[in-house]
Amino acid sequence: MSEHEYVPKSKAGKWFNDRLPLLTLGAHLTDYPTPKNLNYWWTFGGILTFCLITQIVTGIVLAMHYVAHADLAFASVEHIMRDVNYGWLIRYIHSNGASMFFLAVYIHIFRSLFYGSYKSPREVIWIIGLMIYLLMMAAAFMGYVLPWGQMSFWGATVITNLFSAIPLVGDSITTWLWGAYSVDNPTLNRFFSLHYLIPFLILGLVVLHIWALHVPGNNNPVGIDIKKPSKDTVPFHPYITIKDAFALLVFMIIFAGFVFFTPNVLGHSDNYIPANPLVTPAHIVPEWYLLPFYAILRSVPDKLGGVILMFSAIFILFVLPWLDTSKVRSAVFRPIYRQFFWILVIDVLMLGYVGAMPAEGIYLVLARVGTIYYFLHFIVVMPVVGYLEKTDPIPMSISEPVLSGGAEPAVARKVDDKA
Amino acid sequence: MIKLNLKLFVIFFLSIISFKPLQSAEMVDPIKVDWSFKGLTGTFDRASLQRGFQVYKEVCSSCHSMQYLSYRNLGEPGGPEFSEQEVKAIAASFEIQDGPDSQGEMFTRPGRPSDKFKNPYPNVQAATAANGGAYPPDMSVLVKARKGGANYIYSVLVGYEDPPAGVTLDDGVYYNKFMVGNKIKMPNNLMDGLVEYADGTESTVDQMAKDVTTFLAWAAEPELEERHKTGVKVIIYLVLLTILVYLSMKKIWSRIDTEV
Repeated sequence: MSEHEYVPKSKAGKWFNDRLPLLTLGAHLTDYPTPKNLNYWWTFGGILTFCLITQIVTGIVLAMHYVAHADLAFASVEHIMRDVNYGWLIRYIHSNGASMFFLAVYIHIFRSLFYGSYKSPREVIWIIGLMIYLLMMAAAFMGYVLPWGQMSFWGATVITNLFSAIPLVGDSITTWLWGAYSVDNPTLNRFFSLHYLIPFLILGLVVLHIWALHVPGNNNPVGIDIKKPSKDTVPFHPYITIKDAFALLVFMIIFAGFVFFTPNVLGHSDNYIPANPLVTPAHIVPEWYLLPFYAILRSVPDKLGGVILMFSAIFILFVLPWLDTSKVRSAVFRPIYRQFFWILVIDVLMLGYVGAMPAEGIYLVLARVGTIYYFLHFIVVMPVVGYLEKTDPIPMSISEPVLSGGAEPAVARKVDDKA
Repeated sequence: MIKLNLKLFVIFFLSIISFKPLQSAEMVDPIKVDWSFKGLTGTFDRASLQRGFQVYKEVCSSCHSMQYLSYRNLGEPGGPEFSEQEVKAIAASFEIQDGPDSQGEMFTRPGRPSDKFKNPYPNVQAATAANGGAYPPDMSVLVKARKGGANYIYSVLVGYEDPPAGVTLDDGVYYNKFMVGNKIKMPNNLMDGLVEYADGTESTVDQMAKDVTTFLAWAAEPELEERHKTGVKVIIYLVLLTILVYLSMKKIWSRIDTEV
C-alpha cells in the first residue's frame, strides 16, 4: 500500500521484515498521507480506539471479580465497589466509558453524514462502521444487564420480548434466547459470555475499518479527492498523531469529570435496587444512547410493526451510500442538504428526548412525527435533494480553496462520482 | 465551519448534561440540603457520620439491613473513622452466627471487625412478614438507589404529616409529603430527643435526619472522599498535559502553512 518500499535499516530488522513485514506496516502507518485540512471532528476515530481499549482493559479486570449468577451478581458488583482495590474507579470508568464511547461514536457518525464520508469510494468503510455500531449496541445492552439491578432485569425483559413479535416462531426464539421461561440465571450467564466476546469482534472489525480507510485514504472537509502524497497532505506522524492526542486529552478531561464527580448521573437510580421479577419499575427506560430507537419502537401501536421499524431505522443506514444521489460529498458545498442535515440532528435528539418520556399524549405525537421524519430524510430528502440541489463551487485542491465573493472563483471541475 | 462545529458541540453537550429523567406527577421536589459532601471537593462531616451511625444502630437497624458493609468500614479513612478500639467494641456488641464447627453445629460468637453488618431478619420473607407486607429495603446503597439521593432520603424522614382532608389511610400506612405516592409503611420513627448523642449535640428530628442521611450517603459511596481528591489531581494533571501537547502541536504544525 505504501507509495515507497520500506527497507529496515538494521540487519535484524531486515531479516524479520522479510519474513513478516510488520515494519513495513509500521512505516505505512506513520507515513500515511493524510489531508492537512482535517478538522477536530476527524479526531473521533482515534478517540473511539481509545474508548474501545479502555473498555476492554477495565472489562477484563472487572471480570476477574464479577460473578455471573442471579443471586450473586449484584453483591459481586458491590464487592468490586467496596473491597477491590480501586474497584470503584475501574467500574466507574467502565460504566461511564460506555456512555463516552457512544457520545464519540455518534459524533463520528454525524461527521460522516455531514461530510459525505460514506459515499463512493468509501462505502465499505461505512458499512463496517455500522456493523461496529450494531455490535456496540449489543455489547452495551448486555453489559447493562450484568449488575442485575432492576433496570438490568426489566430492560433485558423488554428487549428480549421484542423477538416474540416474530410471527409463528417468536415465542420459541424468545425462550431459546433466555435459556429459560423468563429472564433468569441462564440469560445472565450467556449475556456475560457474549458481553466478553463482542469487544474482540469489534476490535477485529476496527482493524478492517482502518484497513478499508487506508485504501482510498481519508475524506476531508472539502470532500474532494486529493493526490497522495502532495501539498495537500501531511504524514500521519507527527502531524495527525499530535492533533489526535490533543483532542483525546480534551475528551479525557470530560470523561474524568464524569468518572470522578458525577459517576452515576448517566445511569438510572433503579439499577441500584437488586433485580426483582415480582416488582416492575414505574418506567422502564434504556440507557440514553438507545433512546431514539426506543422512541421509534414505541411510536408504532403494533408490536411487530414497532420492531420492524426500529430495526429498519438502523438498517436503512446500510444503503445510505446508494440513497444519496448527490455528486458532491461535503455538505459545506450543499446549501440545501446542509439544512436538512441539521433538521435530522434535531430530529434524532428529539426522538431521544421523547424516548425517555412516557409514551402518551404529546410525547407519542412527537415520537410519531420524529419517526416519520427520520425515514423521510433518508428515503425522500436524500435522493431528491441530491438531484435538484444547485451545489456551491468546489475548489481544485485543499491548498487552493474557493475564495467566496472573489472576482474569479477557482471553480474547476465537476467531481466525478467515481474518481 | 467554526459556527457549525460549535452548534453541534453545544447541542450534543446540552442534550447530555441537561438531560432530565422522568418525574412522577404526584411527587413533591425533595428539600435541598447543603450537604458537606456535595461539590467537587466535598467531604463528609466526621462527627455527623458518627452520630448518623448511632441513629442507624439505635433506630433503623431494628428493621433495615446494611448487608454490604463490614464493621471494619467504620474505621476506614473517608468514613466515620472510629478508632480501632471503638470498631472492635462496636463489632463485639453484636452476636454473629458462625459455623459449622468441627461437630457440625452452628454457634454464635461476638462480632469481629471483618464481619458484615448483622441482618435484623434471617431473610427477606421474614423481614417482609414482620413489617406488614413491606420489605424494609437494605440501606447499603439506598442513597444511590433513589432519585434525588440524599435530599430525598432526608425529605422522607422529615416529611411525615397528617393526611390532607379526603385522604384515608389503611392501618399501618402513613402519610408522607415526599414519598412517591405519598403513602409509606414505615412509621415516623424520629422524635426529638430520641437518641442521646455522645458528643452532646441536641438530637432534634432534623439533626437526626441529617446525620443518618449523611451516614447513608457514606455507606452508599464510601469511596467519595478518595474519588473527589483523586479526581481533582487527575483533572489538574490532564489539563497541564493538554496544554503541553497543545503547544507541541502548534510547534509541529508551524512547519507547514496550515492552521491547526
